[in-house]
Amino acid sequence: MPVVDGAHDTFPKLLLRHAGAIGGQPAIREKDLGIWQAWTWGEMRDEVEWLACGLAQAGLTRGAHIAVIGSNRPRLYWTIVAAQALGAIPVPFYEDAVAQEMVYVFQDAEIAFAVVEDQEQADKLFEILPQCPKLKHVWFDDARGLRNYTRAELASYEKLREAGRARSAAEPAFFRDEIAKSRGSDTAIMMYTSGTTGNPKGVVLSHDNLILSSRAYAELEGLRDDEEVLAYLPMAWIGQNLFSYAQWMVVGFRINCPESADTTMTDMREIGPTYYFAPPRVLEALLTQVTIRMEDASWIKRRMFHYFMNLARRVGARLLDGQPVAATDQLLYAIGGLLVYAPLKNALGMSRVRVAYTAGEAIGPDLFVFYRSLGINLKQLYGSTETSVMVCVQPNGEVKPDTVGPPMKGVEIRVLDTGEIVLRCPGLFRAYYKNDDATREAKDAEGWFRTGDAGYFDETGHLKIIDRAKDVGKLLDGTLFAPKYLENKLKFFPYIREAVAFGDGRPAATAMINIDVEAVGDWAERRGIPYSGYTDLAAKPQVRDLVRECVEKVNADLSRDPKLAGSQVQRFVVLHKELDADDGELTRTRKVRRGFIGEKYATIVDALYSGTERCVVEAQVRFEDGRVGTIRAELDVSPVKTFAAQALAA
Amino acid sequence: MNLRELEPGTVERKVGEPILSIEGVSLSFGGVKALADVSFDVREHEIRAIIGPNGAGKSSMLNVINGVYRPQQGRITFLGETRTHMDPHRSAKMGIARTFQSLALFKGMSVLDNILAGRNLMMKRNLLWQALRLGPALREEIEHRKRVEEIIDFLEIQHVRRTPVGRLPYGLQKRVDLGRALAAEPRVLLLDEPMAGMNVEEKQDMSRFVLDVNDEFGTTIVLIEHDMGVVMDLSDRVVVLDYGRKIADGTPDEVRASQAVIDAYLGVKH
Repeated sequence: MPVVDGAHDTFPKLLLRHAGAIGGQPAIREKDLGIWQAWTWGEMRDEVEWLACGLAQAGLTRGAHIAVIGSNRPRLYWTIVAAQALGAIPVPFYEDAVAQEMVYVFQDAEIAFAVVEDQEQADKLFEILPQCPKLKHVWFDDARGLRNYTRAELASYEKLREAGRARSAAEPAFFRDEIAKSRGSDTAIMMYTSGTTGNPKGVVLSHDNLILSSRAYAELEGLRDDEEVLAYLPMAWIGQNLFSYAQWMVVGFRINCPESADTTMTDMREIGPTYYFAPPRVLEALLTQVTIRMEDASWIKRRMFHYFMNLARRVGARLLDGQPVAATDQLLYAIGGLLVYAPLKNALGMSRVRVAYTAGEAIGPDLFVFYRSLGINLKQLYGSTETSVMVCVQPNGEVKPDTVGPPMKGVEIRVLDTGEIVLRCPGLFRAYYKNDDATREAKDAEGWFRTGDAGYFDETGHLKIIDRAKDVGKLLDGTLFAPKYLENKLKFFPYIREAVAFGDGRPAATAMINIDVEAVGDWAERRGIPYSGYTDLAAKPQVRDLVRECVEKVNADLSRDPKLAGSQVQRFVVLHKELDADDGELTRTRKVRRGFIGEKYATIVDALYSGTERCVVEAQVRFEDGRVGTIRAELDVSPVKTFAAQALAA
Repeated sequence: MNLRELEPGTVERKVGEPILSIEGVSLSFGGVKALADVSFDVREHEIRAIIGPNGAGKSSMLNVINGVYRPQQGRITFLGETRTHMDPHRSAKMGIARTFQSLALFKGMSVLDNILAGRNLMMKRNLLWQALRLGPALREEIEHRKRVEEIIDFLEIQHVRRTPVGRLPYGLQKRVDLGRALAAEPRVLLLDEPMAGMNVEEKQDMSRFVLDVNDEFGTTIVLIEHDMGVVMDLSDRVVVLDYGRKIADGTPDEVRASQAVIDAYLGVKH
């Protein structure tokens, strides 16, 4: 159980507590040389003490920032605690960030110290050193390739540790005294949010923020100090920090660092985590692997898999939620458990998972239900860096694929008239670093934080996030219109690759659609429909019908939602070309640029609303070799069936 | 015990005295002269390349060094011992390991077992001890396994540790072959076209590993390679053979400037 005790109000104090109370239990493991190597809480305390003394010796002082760059390695975790013990502030970086992206943060936070994983990261820092003259010390964990470096700033972790060891021997009380100086209200960590526009902002989080948020999760799920957790996501992501650092320190469970990014799946199977956190893309990648391997399996196994997965989809999630299920289905599900679900969970490394969370982006209902139907208690939560991921979480037994659950204990949420969600919570950040304007804009005097997300509460009090607030609009009759929500719902169909929804200030919602040329191509081949390429395939009447079915399913789904029933898609076109970042239609991270597309394809938008059935477009395209050509295409505008709004049966 | 506690290796890479020298070696198969009066030396810790057009005698030279071929004339001095020829077993015992152009791996065995096989000569306990897994044999196995894991870590092939070699892509198999050779902890490593058949990215990776082997373990490397860019970037000194004769010997820059080498590669009227 979490340590609920006012005396342990910072992470270093929690470390001392664990070293005393459960000092012999493993705290962190790392797979190295093919073996899981463990450090107990007691050993970790010593390591952190030496490191903290070494850092103090090198001049790291209270309030100074220290960069932590690399993948999940015990020494980098220790660096975070050691810095906090001195009252310094760790700033974790994404390990795959390119050097120039790091410059701004180094300058903004005036970072003078860095602990990095290896040569790759050290090289980046030396590349940006001329722009960041304040940087004075770089310590590395893995010496490989760095032997012949003669930079004065560079030293090995071992050197730092030895210096610290000497200092702690000479001054045994130093470490404890330093830890005692910090309070829960002091800054624990600074995490930079990836600004989609402008420079990233440093989010300043206190010990209180992270510890209160972690305690709330620990109490909600009854976390114990024997949980096994895999630490495999980027350290600079708040989700990873909360689930694999803050909760780890609060509860005193074990985290396990995989051998390398490529071995994560094998390592997860060996560890068998009991508590698991994964963004949707990881869950999707796992499912894809399962699907591919099932296709290579023998006929009988495939049949068994499909039969029992169909059964699971029907009853698995209901069983998990404790809802009544027919006795025959219960029996069949139990047999399926022996034959399919248990071996599958074992292959996924999820045999022992008690609670799993997903967050970070919208998760497709099929993907979500797949895991739940296997009996894995996967739940969604809602939060952000600024809130220490402490806003909403789905309670056991009340998990709905399209909501994020009710507010957590201690969280107050209001929905503004614009649809924007504002909230107050104990995890709420202190400020944006050196950016008072941004802080004032995001957080008012009474502590209400504007999330920038739009959503509403459904009739059971669960929060439903629909879009970014600035993108949400209204149809002419005043109905709420959330383009991203519609687009996501459409994109969850494997046949639809991209969708662009229109409707703000217009009489009805419409959509432009890009088919997924691989999925639809495969579908067409199996039906003997010949095609030459994307444009040809997209123009096939059968394909249009296929897409129409998908859109109708989305409409049927929307009709069950009282707030959004009015924004069902009335008409759509299947675009003649794939939206492409080279043509400016997508951002580099593949987000649709709705406004740009609306202007570029104004003729199509007009056709969507004018009632004509065909429209002709000419579009400039940029080929991969840089040439520019023109595509002329005639598009069909297809009407779609809509459904009367249904009152939801309680 | 945490293996990470160990200080990183402290081998200094400094090109030293000659460790291997070849003097006046001639080798012929019947009437075919594969090597004619070739002399050169290899210094400790250096990367020494042997280049030349097809049929120049490069692979024959490697086979003379590790004792597969017995030259008719000449002497070989390795670690201060001078002989008229080496023999394969002794050369391996004395610390010469090699990789093969056409890979020499057990396709059905895992990466781990293949590399472990490279330590064969260092296993002291006999089959009986090993089969019974008696104390000393077990301790020895643990030690060998540790060295093998260090090589796996070094070559970044942890994710395929248990995969049968036959299922790996070619570039990775080449890396495993290098691992098998490294497992013998050689003083001199002979690499027979380590980059053959690789794409640019795989070549870059392999070059990185060759440099790192030389750097981390201080291993002396003799390599045959066709890719001139790779050879010029990697090597300290280069020997050029043509029709079994040495036509140039020196640093990459010297060799590049040599008229004899240009003639051999571009062709010249005889």
